[in-house]
Parts: sequence; structure tokens; C-alpha cells
Amino acid sequence: MTLAELARGESRTVLSVRGENMITRRLMEMGVIPGVAVRMVKSAPFGDPLEINVRGYSLALRRNEAESVELEQVADNE
Amino acid sequence: MNANGNKSHLTIALAGNPNAGKTTLFNSLTGLNQKVANYPGVTVERKEGIWDLGDRSATLIDLPGLYSLDATSLDEQIARDVITGKVESVPRPDVIVSVVDATNLERNLYLTTQLFEYGVPVVVALTMIDVFEKRKHEIDIGKLSTGLGVPVIAVNAKADRGKSELADKVDELAGATPKVPHELNGGSPEGDNARIFARYNFISNAVQDSVKHNDKREHRVSEKIDRVLTHKVFGLAILVLILLTVFQAIFSWATLPMDLLDKGFGALGDGVRASMPPGILTDLLVDGIIAGVGGVLVFLPQILLLFLFISILEDTGYLARAAFLLDKLMSRVGLHGKAFLPLMSSFACAIPGIMATRTIENKRDRFATILIAPFMSCSARLPVYTLMIGAFFAGQTVFGFVSLGAVLMLAMYTLGITVALIVAFILKRTLLKAPPPPFIMELPPYRMPSIRTVFQNMITRAWLFVKRAGTVILAISIILWALMYFPRSVPPSVAGSQQGQVALNNEQRTTNNEQPAPLPEGEQLRNSFAGRLGHTIEPVIRPLGFDWKIGVALIASFAAREVLVSTLSIIYNVGKDENEQSETLISAIRDAKDDNGKLVWTPLTALTLMVFFVLAMQCMSTVAIVRRETNSWSWTLFMVGYMTGLAYLASFLTYQGGRMLGFQ
Repeated sequence: MTLAELARGESRTVLSVRGENMITRRLMEMGVIPGVAVRMVKSAPFGDPLEINVRGYSLALRRNEAESVELEQVADNE
Repeated sequence: MNANGNKSHLTIALAGNPNAGKTTLFNSLTGLNQKVANYPGVTVERKEGIWDLGDRSATLIDLPGLYSLDATSLDEQIARDVITGKVESVPRPDVIVSVVDATNLERNLYLTTQLFEYGVPVVVALTMIDVFEKRKHEIDIGKLSTGLGVPVIAVNAKADRGKSELADKVDELAGATPKVPHELNGGSPEGDNARIFARYNFISNAVQDSVKHNDKREHRVSEKIDRVLTHKVFGLAILVLILLTVFQAIFSWATLPMDLLDKGFGALGDGVRASMPPGILTDLLVDGIIAGVGGVLVFLPQILLLFLFISILEDTGYLARAAFLLDKLMSRVGLHGKAFLPLMSSFACAIPGIMATRTIENKRDRFATILIAPFMSCSARLPVYTLMIGAFFAGQTVFGFVSLGAVLMLAMYTLGITVALIVAFILKRTLLKAPPPPFIMELPPYRMPSIRTVFQNMITRAWLFVKRAGTVILAISIILWALMYFPRSVPPSVAGSQQGQVALNNEQRTTNNEQPAPLPEGEQLRNSFAGRLGHTIEPVIRPLGFDWKIGVALIASFAAREVLVSTLSIIYNVGKDENEQSETLISAIRDAKDDNGKLVWTPLTALTLMVFFVLAMQCMSTVAIVRRETNSWSWTLFMVGYMTGLAYLASFLTYQGGRMLGFQ
């Protein structure tokens, strides 16, 4: 599953960030890299963008950007 | 080792993520000793100050807030050029101070690890340490320093903690040759992603040993606030309230100081006129220069108020939330969520609105926003709408109870917004075409704004406006004055004399104690260059239903839209101090006849003129600020051109369409 499908409040570990383009590089530079835990905080009132928590801070990103982040199959226990 | 030990003045670069407390530290280290300019040829702001290190001083360069040095934004490029000494007139830094937010250590350190690769000594200044400790986290600064391989100093700008320690360390390191940690050494051959991975691994190892987190949930104060502020219903309601307050402030609260400035400059002009002999010099001083300077300064209340709000919203962290809430709506036409506030502000005045686009990082998004901002019906259009509605649509109703004036007013606002959205949509697919830039944006934790930073930001904006846009506005207003002032209509007694004698004539008048009765201003305007230009463009504006007199008013109101009212008053000989609700002016307009004795104005002409003013770039101050903010005359002229073209087209369709439907 991808980060775009993560349920609100759920937390999972990043498996991979697909592609080498401006968006994936930016995401990785912001700390979204394989092995790090991400938690879905909420989506904006019109359904997009999303707010996630990574490395203890809040990051907003659009749904289509979140689709390039593949997550582990199993949910993290917090 | 210390090759630069004898250098009496150092250059230090201050680097850090946005929201890391960089500005607060910069202000605290340099005091009032700072200046703001632009880097040559670009609109990236260059902020420098003098930092007293004790036995020597340093120029502290505040780099733009950055998350990375690798990517392709203009800010990142400039920062890289400064660090590598490629920017003209900026010496290569002797030391880089990397500002790191202790509460967001890992991501903040990412930029720091990139700085290691430039061969310049790095000192980490750890900010927000008070917040960090209040949350009962523990950090071993010595261990962190060992892990990173560079000095780490905890600073608290407000409490003066760590400032002298930081100065000493910078002084000591200047000239040293740093070594790059081997984990980061010599770029990975496997590509960018692998390099990012290596940097974060290095950071994780350094942080793991030195930081003990108390409880992760402590981080979530901002998330709790956001349960309300980015809530699906309350969040949007609060956003609307905040935007309304900002709008109200620049639309309504700013009018009092603006009127005072206006009256003050009027009184100053009258005073100067009374105390100087009449003549060209006095007229230039009063009608050209004093009126021009007044025309520049009159924008200051709006600019100061808007930037008071923007600085507070930005400093507290709310501006990012507003963009988060609105991005979906704005992205439909290809704009960034952050474009909303500048566009909204443009309903009061496009000048502060266009200046506010600086919060949009991507250049193409920013330019698209700048190019459509003047379509928002600003307050200067109101006198034009009011005059036209008052003269031709007053007292009429639609469906028997809705005032036609209100409907037309709403229609003008809607027309502006619609055209803006269509233009943005087209621009983003043609001239400013680019893959949609990533939205990926930090939602910084909520913080109390620093009063000092807020005020400094306000003053800086105001000063930049006066300095850069002010000169252009002044120049254009003098040119427009000259167009309407020359050639002088000579008095009947010397009719037929050469133009060169006009000045002499004026001189001669001063010797008389009795001032000669001035020629009617209308006569002067009709014979001036502007008047002749009006005749010249008449064939072009005929299809819009406009005669040459309206042409003159269009030319004069390029200074500012509301000037249309006073120009029409002059040209119809009703005195230039009539306002848009004046009965004399309204009846003069209604009764105006062309050379064939036909009425010039019909309700259709009035409507056409309103449509023209919704879309035309009739504002020299906007031209000046667009020139400054885009740093390009071609974009500025493109904007004037396409707006005037659209205005002409829409007016043409309105007038000719109206006639085909049987209106006069």
C-alpha cells in the first residue's frame, strides 16, 4: 500500500520511495526515506493535501505525491 | 593552521531551515546594524548585518531559509553560490553558522550535513533549546558535537544564552580546514537517493547517542490546535474570519491614515503654491513632484497593515495551514495554496498583494499569481463604478427589489475573478508551463510571534516599496503631469506668439501683483499633449463608444484609476475637486454632446467603461511594483499589453454586442 492510502491515525514504516524525480527527491530530503515511520494525521477539508507526521514534525503533501511512497504491509504499534 | 587569524574582518554565512529561529538569531547577533537588498539580477533577498565578535567584526550574511542545497530552487542556487564565493561583491564565507532547531533535530541536521561538503568550517547553533528542555527531553551537546564532528552551541536569542560562546567559536574556527566525515565523503556513485540515505544514516547515528526523548506524544500540541484550525468545518470558518479581518483592515482601517496623508500632501502643495511665485517651476513642484511623492506614500498604510498581518500569520505558523486548507481549490487552476492571500489582498489594492506573493517559493507559480492579481477589483476602481452607476443606473431595480447598481457592482467583481482564473489556467499551460511543483511543505509548530521580527519585516517591506517602486511612480507621475501641462495654452492677448515665450510669459506674470485670471483648466487640458493624444486614439476607441475626451481621461487615469473622476471633471469644466457623487459632474456627463450634437454617454457607454476598468492595467504603481517583483521589464510590459488587450476586447464585445441587442 502507498502513503496515500494510509488510514487516519495509523502509523507504518516506509518501504521504498519510487522514482528519481523532483518530487521523490524532495520527499526524501524532508526525511521520508525507507525505514522511517510515518503517521497519517489528516487530510485537508477538500480531501487533499494530506498531513503526515515524520521524524516528529508535520509535513503536508498532495495525494499524488504520497502515492510514490510505498509502505510496509504491517502497521506499526505505537 | 589558522591562516586567517590576522584577518580583521570576517564573512560569516548563517544557514538554516525555515522556521528554525534563524531570523531571531540574526536580529539578536546584528542588532539594528543590517541592510536588505536583492542579489544581483534576481529577486532573492540579500540580508546582511555586522556582528561584533569581540576583538574583530564580521559581516553576517543571512541566507534564505532552506531545506536542502541540492535542489533547483532559486533560493538554493543563490545559497550555494554564496557559500562557494561565486556571488559578486560577497567574499567567500570564513565560517558557516548552521542554525538547527533542537525540537526537529534530524530534518534540520540534513542541511548541516550538506554544508560539510563545501570545505568551510561549520558551527551548529542549536535553537529552541528552551522548548526542548521544557518538554523534558534530554540532549547531550558534547556527544552530539562528537557525533557530528563539528562544534555545537546551544543558543537562546531572547535570553542571550550562548551568544558570546558562538562568537568565540566562530572567531577560533576562521581559516581552519575542516574534514568531511568519511560516511559522507566523496558523493555516492549510486545516485542522489543513495546520498540522501547516507546523510540521514549519519544523522541518525549522531542523534541516537546524544538525545533521550521523554514522550513522543509531547510533540503534538500543534496537532491538538489543528484539530480546530484545520478542521473540515471550523477550520474553514476561522480561515474566512481571518481573511475577512485582513481584508477589512486594508480596505477600511487603512483609509483614515491614507486620507490624512492625502490631505497632508494637498495642504503641503497649497502651502508651497502660496509661498512661491506662480510659474512652471511651482506647478512642477506642486502638481508633479509633491503630488507624485504623495501618490507613493499614500500606499504605505495598506502595505504596513498587510505585512503586519502576514508577518504574524507567518511567524505563528498559520500561513502554512491556510495554504494547506486552500491548496485543493487553488490547484484546480494550477496555482499554489499560498496564492490565496495575495489575491485576496488585491481586492483592496494590488500593490501590497503583489508584494505578498514572496511567500510563494516557486517562480512560475509566483509569476502567475502576480500576473492575475490586478484583475481583482481594487478600491481605486470603486470611484469609477460609483460614478457610472450614479450617472446612469441609479434608482433602477432588478426583479423590483434588487438595486441594479448592486447587481452591476457584483458583476464587475465577478468578471475580474473569472477572467483571472481563466488567465491563470491558460498561463500555467502555456508561458508558465511546468510540471506541477511539489506541494510538499512543512506545517511548522505553532509559536508566539516575535514582535521585533514582525515590525522589522513591516519596515523592510515599506522601505523596499518606497525605494524601488517609488522612483518609478514618481517618474511616471511627472511625465503624465507634463503631458497635461504642455504646451501651455497662451492667453488671448499674446495669441499667435511662439511657444518659447510661454515661460517668459509666466515669469512676467510674477511681477504683477494681481494674478491674471487662470485659463479654464479644461481649455488647457484639451490643448495639451494629452488632449492631442486623446484625439489621436479616438479612432481606436470609437468602436468602444468612447470619444476623445474619454480618451484623455483614459490616458490620465493611467496614473491611478480614480484619476478618471477628476479628469472628467476638468474636461467637462466642472472643476477638478468634484467627487464621484457630485451632481454637477453627473449631469455634465449625462449632457455631454459630441461635435455633431449627439449625446456622448449612454448607459451602454457607461457599462463599457466599467468593463474596461475591470480589466485594464490602469495603474502606474502596479506597473512599478510588478517591475520590481519580477525583476523584468518584459514580463511587466507583457502584463500591461495583455491586460489592455483583454480590456479592449471585452469592452468591444460589450459595446458592439449591446448595440446589436438594440441598446444605444
